[in-house]
Amino acid sequence: MTERIVIVGGGTGGSVLTNRLTDELSAEIEAGDVEVTLVNDTPEQTYKPMFLYMAFGKKTLHDARRPLSDLVDLRHANLLIDRVTGVDTERKHLTLAKDDAGLDYDHLVLAMGADLAPDEVPGLKEGGHHFYAPDGAERLRDELANFTEGHLVLSVIGVPHMCPAAPVEFVLMADAWFRERGLRDQVEITYTYPIQRAHGIKTIADWATELFEERDINLETFFNAEEVDPDAKVLKTMEGTELDYDLLVAIPPHTGSELVSEAGLGEDGWVEVDKNTLEAKNADDVYAIGDVASLPTSKAGSVAHYAAGTLADRLASRVRGLVPTDTYDGKTICFIESGMDEATFVEFSYGDEPVVREPSQLLHWSKLAYNESYWLTARGLI
Amino acid sequence: MSETIQPDVTVDSRGATCPGPLMDLIGKVKKVDAGTVIELQTTDSSSSHDVPEWVNKAGHEMLDIVEHEDEGFWSVFIETTK
Repeated sequence: MTERIVIVGGGTGGSVLTNRLTDELSAEIEAGDVEVTLVNDTPEQTYKPMFLYMAFGKKTLHDARRPLSDLVDLRHANLLIDRVTGVDTERKHLTLAKDDAGLDYDHLVLAMGADLAPDEVPGLKEGGHHFYAPDGAERLRDELANFTEGHLVLSVIGVPHMCPAAPVEFVLMADAWFRERGLRDQVEITYTYPIQRAHGIKTIADWATELFEERDINLETFFNAEEVDPDAKVLKTMEGTELDYDLLVAIPPHTGSELVSEAGLGEDGWVEVDKNTLEAKNADDVYAIGDVASLPTSKAGSVAHYAAGTLADRLASRVRGLVPTDTYDGKTICFIESGMDEATFVEFSYGDEPVVREPSQLLHWSKLAYNESYWLTARGLI
Repeated sequence: MSETIQPDVTVDSRGATCPGPLMDLIGKVKKVDAGTVIELQTTDSSSSHDVPEWVNKAGHEMLDIVEHEDEGFWSVFIETTK
């Protein structure tokens, strides 16, 4: 009997997993013993880290997109462009938007990523910009290009959110960008963060705080915006403070998937999983990787990438009747831009405090080079 | 007795590196109604002062901090007021 592995979501986690699995199990797939299906609601993959550069006019949406059919090994995997509308973990069945028959599975991997939920904060949609989706990044690019004076506020509102380093990168890049344009004296920059320091990871917070002081970037902590007044251009917080802005760039609230909540797999749409095995806690033969998984680490592409490698190994063992041995240790890697021509780099696992390296132009080039070669990661090669 | 506190919601942040237990708690507070008792489970010892500092600043109520020595984590109980 054929073992059916279904992967929902064609982002970093889904594409890496599909390619690693089909590579590892090619003999079993060719013999008809295993079938791997990747389901995605669009025919393309969008590489989200490009959005930060789109906001400064350095990249376009074209740079951030590739057809999934170019990324996935279609000799060994089925690619289904459809939207999953329901998950029945008892019957091991998915309902689909376009195909009434749906899809049965023996092993299900959820990798749908995270969605934005700006409506959770009244006034945010009308009063704020963001760079966490293509349309937002394009609108922000136009706004920044025309912004010559006033108060630029970057407010981290949504927690948890994708790419935890990106807000720090944005203000450091904006500082350099306005300096290059000779406008920095006319632009005040403020960065706000929900907890008592500038970042969730203490070493990154300490590093960023020092840079903010050097570069005249204001830092507001214990700042949790709960309302935006777009007419008065004021941010109001859970802590009872207010902040005026001329241009608000917000990290919007994020949400997981309704499919997850409706299937009883986790609260707020995040799949509750074992942090090492990536197995769902509330259903058998269900796994989650990437942003949709509730893991005690960053919602970052590298997490999806490395977790996908672990899960490919574990699933291959499962279908071969072996005891899975590989485990995910929380490995996370982030390049962090600290201006327009310098960057640093951190690497950590569960429980670690990373060391922030001295920023350099070489690391900036490394980040840009990785962004170009990312499509090899999506293909399961690096 | 703190052992008798029955949370309405539990936030399991044990082992959290990023975004961290306090961020997980704030995210949950945003989503629940006033009067909700939340238990934050954390292995990060700094939560014992970070969390009360934010809870007081945001005007919620600290209920208790219970150390589970054998299991190596703390339960921080708060009640939302708004």
